[in-house]
Amino acid sequence: MWKDLGEFKLVDICLKVAAGEYFVVLGPSGAGKTLLLQVVAGILPPDKGRVLIDGIDITRAPPEKRNVGYVPQNYALFPHLTVSGNIAFGLKLKKIPEKEIREKVEEIAEKLGIRHLLHRKPRTLSGGEAQRVALARALVIEPKILLLDEPLSAVDPVLRWELRDYLRRIHREFKATVVHVTHDFTEALALADRIAVLNRGKVEQVGAPYEVFYKPKSEFVAWFTRAGNIYRGRARPVEEGLSLVEVGPLTFTVCSEYSGEVAISFRPEYVVISKSKIRSSMRNEIEGVVEDYIDEGPLVLLKVKVENLEVKAYVTKSSFLDLGLKRGERVYLYIKASQIHVIK
Amino acid sequence: MSRGLIFFSAIGSILVLFLAIPLVICLAAGGPHVPEIINDAEALNAMYLSFHAGTVSSVLIAFLGTPLAYLLSRRRTTLTKIVESFLEIPLALPHSVAGIMVLLAYNSRAPLGSLLANVGVVIEDNYWGIVFVMAFVSSPIFITAMRAGFDSVDVELENVARTLGASSLRTFFEISLPLAFRHLVAGFILSLARAVSEVGAVMIVAYYPKVAATLVVERFLGYGLRASLSLSAALVLVSLAVFAVLRFLLKSGE
Repeated sequence: MWKDLGEFKLVDICLKVAAGEYFVVLGPSGAGKTLLLQVVAGILPPDKGRVLIDGIDITRAPPEKRNVGYVPQNYALFPHLTVSGNIAFGLKLKKIPEKEIREKVEEIAEKLGIRHLLHRKPRTLSGGEAQRVALARALVIEPKILLLDEPLSAVDPVLRWELRDYLRRIHREFKATVVHVTHDFTEALALADRIAVLNRGKVEQVGAPYEVFYKPKSEFVAWFTRAGNIYRGRARPVEEGLSLVEVGPLTFTVCSEYSGEVAISFRPEYVVISKSKIRSSMRNEIEGVVEDYIDEGPLVLLKVKVENLEVKAYVTKSSFLDLGLKRGERVYLYIKASQIHVIK
Repeated sequence: MSRGLIFFSAIGSILVLFLAIPLVICLAAGGPHVPEIINDAEALNAMYLSFHAGTVSSVLIAFLGTPLAYLLSRRRTTLTKIVESFLEIPLALPHSVAGIMVLLAYNSRAPLGSLLANVGVVIEDNYWGIVFVMAFVSSPIFITAMRAGFDSVDVELENVARTLGASSLRTFFEISLPLAFRHLVAGFILSLARAVSEVGAVMIVAYYPKVAATLVVERFLGYGLRASLSLSAALVLVSLAVFAVLRFLLKSGE
């Protein structure tokens, strides 16, 4: 599909989500993530292209005929209705008998752990509670797809982990097909069966989380998934299955044969650090100076200066303390050739 | 108290006093004469007519203006922007000119007016003339208030209602309108206030039957300040009471 709203746009989007899949659309703000959801929900028509659900073309169907559950970023609970009224809203429109509606509302409230909130008004709910109510309201109509717009961004970080696990459980329990958009790559990694990375309205890469994170197809994907170390250089094949990539003063050995301008990326967690030279099968050895380190809790991010380049490496807190690293100290970094990913 | 607060309070209180003093003096001077109104059939009829026509015109505006305000709030196109600025024109016109315009367009010899006359709606010196004029001058006020009401309703609420199976019309009646209802009441109050206070345009289109505002002018010009005092004070009291009641209804709906 194509859609151009000026500030936001979608360019030649072609995505297929399998039934029961948890599909995450990952991208920075302004990438067109919400726009994508709104076109799927039927809130906005595409300029060109089609939307199909179960093989049926619904491009021209209004939102009320699509059977799609939509949970916007602010949850959009109806403020003039109680929690119960919010959840029952979709059922009432289906002309289901009053008694059955009450049963269904109570059943889903039980499953989502919000039964005690049914009589409350939305403005009295916490962020986490509001999210559950919004999910209940969307799930109770048994939608073909559940569209979640940044569902975890409106809650505080501690609660975010809890709600993330909650979303996983809901997905399994309801066997729902979920399209979840987010700008947070850890959220995508934790939840997704597959990820699509969206940038400026274009899909940069679609694949399983490990593919996107360890084999980024573009420099943008590498950068956005915080690959940490991304460099441009010149590649030339040296022997069967190996190439050298010259990046300024450094030469990296990488797997497979490449030639010409390339970009390489490797994640800081794949860099092994030592205070002295070690004998190892790892093909890449870099000597540098610790310029700075950032304590991130369980891990410490080291920034190592190698002439004018900076290489980032993660060490666990305990090995950081064991090594007794200080700023200005000389260290050796080791990276396996197979863990350097080449972006053509 | 901070110096800033003192500064703003001092400046602000000048305007508050400027507005409050005439109200207090009018009530003080006219208040004792208000009971005279009870035996003043002409004044009572005029007041009744003012509020009757004002209510009818405000109800009409609410019916016709609410869908328009919704459209203006939700569709931001060049056309709606043109319509919006066009709707503000009555606010900028001298009231007598507004009266001339209404008279020219809808008098019973004009093309549209003759059609209206066929169904019994004649505006010259007629009840409907008052309603027409009131609607003409207070529409922009209602539409502005109502539009602000719809602007305050999050579009995502409507989007969600749609995905839950509500048609656009159903969404309007179940989500947008209930959530903007307080603005509808506020718009109605403002529109009624504007309608009852109109005099210039009413005098041009329908001097008779006399509305209260016309009667105040007539008595003042004919007999002086003292003669217009009891009706003026009574109008102040009735207006204050009506708007206090409506405000209260508005508050309790929160």
